[in-house]
Amino acid sequence: MDNLAALTEEALKLVAEAQDMAALDHVRVEYLGKKGQITALLKTLGKLSAEERPAAGAEINKAKQQVQEQITVAKDGFEKAAIDEKLASETIDVTLSGRGQTNGGLHPVTRTLQRIEDIFAAAGYDVEEGPEIEDDFHNFEALNIPAHHPARAMHDTFYVDPAQLDDPDGTYVLRTHTSGVQVRTMENKEPPIRIICPGRVYRCDSDLTHTPMFHQVEGLVVDKDISFADLKGTVSQFLKAFFEKDVEVRFRPSYFPFTEPSAEMDIQCTNCGGEGCRVCSNTGWLEVGGCGMVHPNVFKASGVDPEVYTGFAFGMGADRLAMLRYGVNDLRLFFESDLKFLRQF
Amino acid sequence: MKVSESWLREWVNPDINTADLMEQLTMAGLEVDGVEAAAGEFSGVLVGEIVSIEQHPDADKLRVCQVAGHPEGMRQVVCGAPNARAGIKIPFATVGSLLPPDENGKPFKIKKAKLRGVESHGMLCAQNELQVGEDSDGIWELPASVETGADLREVLNLDDKLIEIDLTPNRGDCLSIKGVARDVGVLNRVAVSEPQIDAVAAISGETFPVTITAGKQCPRYVGRVIKGVNLNQTSPLWMQEKLRRAGNRSISPVVDVTNFVLLELGQPMHAFDLGTLKQGINVRMAEQGEELTLLDGQEVKLNADTLVIADAERAIAMAGIMGGEATAVSDTTQDIFLESAFFDPIAIAGRARNYGLHTDSSHRYERGVDYQLQEQAIERATELLMSIVGGEPGPLVLVESADHMPAERSVTLRRERILRGLGFAMDDAEVVDILTRLGLGLLNTRETGWEFSVPSYRFDISIEEDLLEELARVYGYNNLPTTSLVADLALLPREEAKIGLPVVRRQLIARGYQEAIAYSFVEPKLLALFDPSATPVKLLNPISADMAVMRTTLWPGLVTALQYNLNRQQSRVRLFETGQRFVRRASGLAQEPVVAGLIYGERGAEAWSSEPGKVDFYDIKGDLESVLNLVGDDSVFTFEKAENDALHPGQSAAVLKNGEVVGYVGALHPQIQQELGIAQPVYLFEVNQASVLLASIPAFQELSKFPEVRRDLALLIDREIPAQNLVNTARNGAGEHLVDLKVFDVYQGEGIDPHRKSVALGLTFQHPSRTLTEDEINASVDTVVKQLETEFNATQR
Repeated sequence: MDNLAALTEEALKLVAEAQDMAALDHVRVEYLGKKGQITALLKTLGKLSAEERPAAGAEINKAKQQVQEQITVAKDGFEKAAIDEKLASETIDVTLSGRGQTNGGLHPVTRTLQRIEDIFAAAGYDVEEGPEIEDDFHNFEALNIPAHHPARAMHDTFYVDPAQLDDPDGTYVLRTHTSGVQVRTMENKEPPIRIICPGRVYRCDSDLTHTPMFHQVEGLVVDKDISFADLKGTVSQFLKAFFEKDVEVRFRPSYFPFTEPSAEMDIQCTNCGGEGCRVCSNTGWLEVGGCGMVHPNVFKASGVDPEVYTGFAFGMGADRLAMLRYGVNDLRLFFESDLKFLRQF
Repeated sequence: MKVSESWLREWVNPDINTADLMEQLTMAGLEVDGVEAAAGEFSGVLVGEIVSIEQHPDADKLRVCQVAGHPEGMRQVVCGAPNARAGIKIPFATVGSLLPPDENGKPFKIKKAKLRGVESHGMLCAQNELQVGEDSDGIWELPASVETGADLREVLNLDDKLIEIDLTPNRGDCLSIKGVARDVGVLNRVAVSEPQIDAVAAISGETFPVTITAGKQCPRYVGRVIKGVNLNQTSPLWMQEKLRRAGNRSISPVVDVTNFVLLELGQPMHAFDLGTLKQGINVRMAEQGEELTLLDGQEVKLNADTLVIADAERAIAMAGIMGGEATAVSDTTQDIFLESAFFDPIAIAGRARNYGLHTDSSHRYERGVDYQLQEQAIERATELLMSIVGGEPGPLVLVESADHMPAERSVTLRRERILRGLGFAMDDAEVVDILTRLGLGLLNTRETGWEFSVPSYRFDISIEEDLLEELARVYGYNNLPTTSLVADLALLPREEAKIGLPVVRRQLIARGYQEAIAYSFVEPKLLALFDPSATPVKLLNPISADMAVMRTTLWPGLVTALQYNLNRQQSRVRLFETGQRFVRRASGLAQEPVVAGLIYGERGAEAWSSEPGKVDFYDIKGDLESVLNLVGDDSVFTFEKAENDALHPGQSAAVLKNGEVVGYVGALHPQIQQELGIAQPVYLFEVNQASVLLASIPAFQELSKFPEVRRDLALLIDREIPAQNLVNTARNGAGEHLVDLKVFDVYQGEGIDPHRKSVALGLTFQHPSRTLTEDEINASVDTVVKQLETEFNATQR
């Protein structure tokens, strides 16, 4: 009992000096274990008087507790060091790229078309599609463009050899516009009609600013009491929505055989804001498409009564809109499939 | 059409500047394409006259001219122009004058100079040097009538603007100064002053007989003989200048006058050399194969659908398109026969194009020439001609086929229709004012609206909507109201089973594919490599030989895109395209929307972590399966070994949906690969969009709370047996409690009979409402093993 203080000090010193868990364990067994030296002191309590015994017992237990605490602290230290070491050894370079396929991307024209579809779909328009090899009736006749009409010269039409088609004596073309889809829709559906028709169209023309194939989106609205004012509103709202900008829109009288009145729509140049630049040929305006009120002859050819219904139609070049939206300066890039170009979208 | 602003203002002169005038025209539907000055910026250029000329002593190509016109007397000018000669009047840039700026924007100043030792006090100018025309062949010869010494700008009225108007095909009425002036008058509410055109009194009684055989095509023909013309005259300066500004050269007084009347009034005319005409004019259809040599020397064989002017013996002109050479007016012509006719637009439309022609005349006739203009035009031409070349006009001969003349048209306009169509109520007075100014006649006013007659020059007005357009156009499209579309907001069913194409595209993009868009027409030879048995749809007028047939598969376009990128240092390519292919089916031509893809090169993008290795069949099949999975129930799809001309016979599969082929996937045939010079294997797929755009809607199935049991089988079978067959048989034999079956390993090679392969199947069993017993599972597995043994000679490893 006399050497309790000395034993405690000795044990604490050994704890402080311990280099690993084994050394700590050794101290615990040596001093606090069943046969440990401090534990052994408890056996000497019997030699003390009943009055001294409790105090002495308490003192021994306190010493045991003190050593045990220090062992625990040291143990925690070793454990933490071990974890730290493990973590350090497992550290990786988190700036390296992740594993797996990198994403591809949409073609800018598709991206544009999908965007246009989304804008109109949100207002309840349906998307309609049609054949690209089109018969003369749907591409021209039904649209009030009879044979020899001077407007046909505006179209640079690709004619298709009818030998492999359903009617070998018929006249077939690669559709010069998606307007034929309007006719097909009106033939099959009762008004009210609100559709857009996106798709590939073809003109026999190829130079810096024309490719023989390009993309159009047409819109058609037929209902009772649709007016030119509705057309102006719809087209302006679309252009503002598409460019996410309060762009100024103007309408110029024009001529399309399938609409009357007809208009071309311009927006203020998105490049210069109307000041005049290379993109707008210094006019401050960019032509973005044509529109008009559906011609009664088109209604008649499609089985809609023009005395009951009125409607409007509009058409825009999706490639041109994509160029304006993304600043692409050469139309031909769209059809070269250069990955360096495609990956930008 | 090029319109001289000063000429236009002779007819109608609103108080607005050029820019506003242009804006006004554009906004009224006469689109202004551009404007240019009638001449460049220059000053100090006078009308000079070469009084004498001699050879330069030291230069073969130069001559020394004495030029009159300078206020201080004769000036010596050295000139190199081949047409310099005494007696002609020319633009004379005196010392100190400024010529149009060069590319750097600096005006060119004329100084006194010495040329090869001879002093030169100024410069004699060609048209292009003054930017008044293209001619650079020699100095510009001015008409003798201009006053020597006058300021060139002033005397030629060169401070003029040329406005280029791009007219839509419906506005044939504006293909003249008269027509444009009429619209400008309406837009500005100012009067239009037409030149006074009087009937010319006949001096001779001479006529030339005219017969119309093709009355439908030529309802009206007016002719006149003018005898004894003197064609040594030149057209007056004002006329030459007006022609020049419209883009016409002065040729001869007769041609100039007919061109002038065409530009001024819009009536195409023709003059024949009367001496060459036999007996009389007959307007008739050509005989098939009939020959005619045109004014430009071109010999044509006529089609029977072509209207001609003929005399008793032959066709002498293609009506409304171009005259013939044999009867053209020449220097020696003494008597002429003038023609001013109305041809039905439908009789002329498209004909010029059939012969590869397009003339000012055909352009106007196709769009419609005022059918009441013929007499006025011929009187105008006669008067102008007489003032230049003299001659004795005979009386007019007018032949008309009254039955075929365009009918008088009238159009009813309802007030309510204006409100409904334009979205606002236009003031009654304004309606009548706009339409009558445009030349329509108010026939009736009714409670509901009006009835108007349509003028003979407006072929584009026949229905009420046409009048709405006129009202809108003159009122101003941008002054009309703008409204939001009002529609029923009823909610509509939304088809959940419909997968949008965007979802399919997104899936491929997530698998690393870049979308491409290729032309739908391809080179026939290239297509034949991929699809040798097809007879593709041909274009009759392809833009080039390599875009001559419609694709029957999207693969040629994708492979071309691959080659394009391989040539540009790309080594790993993943592309897809969506679009139509054009294939012949038993039911006719099918225009089938498909989705197609291509992969090439390394499996992964080059990165520190990518596993090395080139793509193979299973890469593209996995990509395709990820698309097919969108359908929800992929058990509807199966793959079968298949033959496809474009694909490697050992690495190609047909994709079937419910047993029907909907596409193909595989390696590009090595022979095609070699032929196209592509270094490594190319993998392709193409499937019908229809097969992937319709999904099944999920239907919940009760979850089992009882344990699953898995049994693995390793089986040896002959190499040629497709694993799918094994799977099908195992599935059938395993009973209703099989919930999953996968092939988890395939091995062939060392340790195995070289004709055999090892296939490991994992079978998972589960019962919905109880735990399966060991016996039940063993029984199922035994059945499977037995069936595989019988069917495929399979042995367990």
